[in-house]
Amino acid sequence: MGSELKSLRTRTAYVDNPVKHLLNLYRFNICIMKTNNRPLSPHLQVYKPQLTSVLSILHRATGVVLALGSLLVAYWLGAIAAGPEAYATANALLGSWFGKLVLLGWTWALFYHLCNGIRHLFWDSGVGLDIKTTYLSGKIVLAASVVLTVLLWLVA
Amino acid sequence: MSLMTPLKKARGLGSAKDGTHHWWVQRVTAIALVPLTLWVAFCVACMVGEPYAFVLSEFQSPFNIAMFVLFLFTAFYHASLGLQVVIEDYVHHEGLKIGALIGMKFAIVLTGFTAIFAVLRAAFGS
Repeated sequence: MGSELKSLRTRTAYVDNPVKHLLNLYRFNICIMKTNNRPLSPHLQVYKPQLTSVLSILHRATGVVLALGSLLVAYWLGAIAAGPEAYATANALLGSWFGKLVLLGWTWALFYHLCNGIRHLFWDSGVGLDIKTTYLSGKIVLAASVVLTVLLWLVA
Repeated sequence: MSLMTPLKKARGLGSAKDGTHHWWVQRVTAIALVPLTLWVAFCVACMVGEPYAFVLSEFQSPFNIAMFVLFLFTAFYHASLGLQVVIEDYVHHEGLKIGALIGMKFAIVLTGFTAIFAVLRAAFGS
């Protein structure tokens, strides 16, 4: 289809007979319409997952998760403000195995978004945009997010 | 038929409709959140398992109150900017998009103010 389009475009540009010219123009447009029926923009699923793309998607996903988890932060602070009984209830809820699992996931999301955010700030200033550095910084971000998460749970 | 030039038609119609302000504020809040988040996260970690009186006493120092309030304000601001981009990217129906954006902003402001006032109440008593 591509070569046909190219030859049609050439023929349309250099023809001296007006009728032939219009006919070629018509064929050219039909050809474009046919090509436009194809799925032009490749979708996510045709790409092989790469460290760079996965980390990019994770940045947005963790951002949304953190925003949802901010409800828990507001609840916990509200319990402190409400008094000892409310605080005990909140602690029992967040201290249960399910609460701890949610908090573990949320703290990793927090530190991942924090570390990868710093990576983004470097990119915004034009630093570390080549492929090699991008992969290296991606691995550093993953390691740092795990280290910070472990550190926080050791303190807690 | 419009007499506007193509440039005039395009001006002010970027995806966010407000130039670079959104982009800049997202970066500035991000920079501020690096120290604020680390401080607040490890401060909260130190409170885990401690008695209520100790937790309350953590909210007595002016510096801690400032760090918590600044963290909450900046984090919720940053979240509203981020969620705005996510909604603009994925919700294509104009009415739904505006509804989702307004609903999200209201929810963020309500949650954020609740959290900030909770810190202030813990700090100054009721």
